[in-house]
Amino acid sequence: MSNKTMTAEEVAGLLESGMTIGIGGWGSRRKPMALVRALLRSDVTDLTVVSYGGPDIGLLAAAGKIRRLVAAFATLDSIPLEPHFQAARQRGAFEMMELDEAMFMWGLTAAAHRLPFMPIRAGLASDVMIINPSLRTITSPYEDGEELVAVPALRLDAALVHLNRADVHGNAQYLGPDPYFDDLFCEAADAAYVSCERIVDTTDLLKDSGPQSLLVKRAFVNGIVESPNGAHFTSCVPDHDRDEAFQRAYAQAARDPEAWRAFSERFLSGDEDAYQAAVAAFHKEKAEEEAAA
Amino acid sequence: MSDVATTTATRAEYCVVACAEAWRDAGEVLASPMGTVPTIGARLAKLTFSPDLLLTDGEALLVGDVPAVGTKAEVVEGWLPYRQHLAMVATGRRHVMMGASQLDRHGNQNISCIGDWARPERQLLGVRGAPVNTLNNPTSYWVPRHSTRVFVERVDMVSGVGYDRAAAAGPSASRYHRIPNVISDLGVFDFETPDRTMRLRSLHPGVTVEQVVEATGFALTIPDDVPGTREPTPEELRLIREVIDPNGLRDREVPTA
Repeated sequence: MSNKTMTAEEVAGLLESGMTIGIGGWGSRRKPMALVRALLRSDVTDLTVVSYGGPDIGLLAAAGKIRRLVAAFATLDSIPLEPHFQAARQRGAFEMMELDEAMFMWGLTAAAHRLPFMPIRAGLASDVMIINPSLRTITSPYEDGEELVAVPALRLDAALVHLNRADVHGNAQYLGPDPYFDDLFCEAADAAYVSCERIVDTTDLLKDSGPQSLLVKRAFVNGIVESPNGAHFTSCVPDHDRDEAFQRAYAQAARDPEAWRAFSERFLSGDEDAYQAAVAAFHKEKAEEEAAA
Repeated sequence: MSDVATTTATRAEYCVVACAEAWRDAGEVLASPMGTVPTIGARLAKLTFSPDLLLTDGEALLVGDVPAVGTKAEVVEGWLPYRQHLAMVATGRRHVMMGASQLDRHGNQNISCIGDWARPERQLLGVRGAPVNTLNNPTSYWVPRHSTRVFVERVDMVSGVGYDRAAAAGPSASRYHRIPNVISDLGVFDFETPDRTMRLRSLHPGVTVEQVVEATGFALTIPDDVPGTREPTPEELRLIREVIDPNGLRDREVPTA
């Protein structure tokens, strides 16, 4: 079995401008942020991004890398509106295919199953059908004759996901309460890249949890990146919670161009090690401020 | 314990009881409240007249106890990650109470954006699960500040489907579509009119019909006799104040006038 370990930089090097890229997690939860940051440092642009959106969308939108977004929302969870997403939409920065959350799931499912579409009730009668004139309905061939939405397959050139543990072959495990749709993203993609908190021996995968936690199978994985705290500042329980203080600083900076330049300079101008060091310095500074207050 | 201070309910407490009533006789279904007052209402319903309700921790767990708002549950009775939650919507075994940035007289709801969708004046959440919710399981709405900004003649982006749109789209859209209630800080509303447009069902104490009309951007159906919203019982007040919301989070969403 092959060893699929690589660096986040190598993952970004395998992506190309114009690609359709799916990003796992949900909102501000278990997002492959280290891989997104590597993408920010690359020349890759003009992307179609498919995501249950969080700060992944925000950062890529702020960097002008999104040509088209496929999403049902973009949120920071504890902060309802993703400020970069909001600003980008308001200046018409990218095209959007706005879908309902369940339509999105069926689109990924269709892609994973190599089907052209999946039928669903959701979307009928809503403006999702108006703003997406390419959406079609289909009539049931059975006696019921129901007319349903045919959600097109959301096939991906590449998927980026972050899990808690993985082995070098690409078997990846989630230890939190929700798998989100990370397995579907990988199965819907021509190539999938998994970052994880820690790479472990295959024989140790079941030390922390049962076999049902082995979410992503190596047959669908092209690269494994060990990236501790790689979901930061989104949550990656039980390894770490969302960094709420840092997320607040991110959201505040994102609302003002001047502040965003300073934030980018401080946190996003170097590599992943520099990012993690800057985050540690941010918390040290905050702790000192609180001690002084 | 029976002095005036403990028996006179606040506006927020009337709202909690009105929300709880939405889940009366719901049976063994998932109650999905969004917002503080609906969350307290769903828990109150479970502790009193709807003990069979299922509740989540707001993420992937079904909880077996009824903790105070903001407190972690101690008993887990089930697992409901997003993929199963979305599937549960399609089974219809759920009654969700969503928020609304805009709501029209037919019950069309918008949480996506304000202005032209192609380039919105103000981007909001996105449609999220409003389309799937409204076509599959009963969907009620909670509006903590009733105003003409929310209750509008036309919503900018139909996220949650109203009665007129569901009917126009045909039987597949209307088959499981139902909007039992709209609850605001001024009163309770429903769609029990011949043309399925919004009707004032009850007024919270201290609120006049004129006040509601003034704060609503479309013509409501107003019955000749508008009842008052049901008063919380002493036991319900005790549960709200001592068990479910001892820190008074409800007052932040609906301040006492």
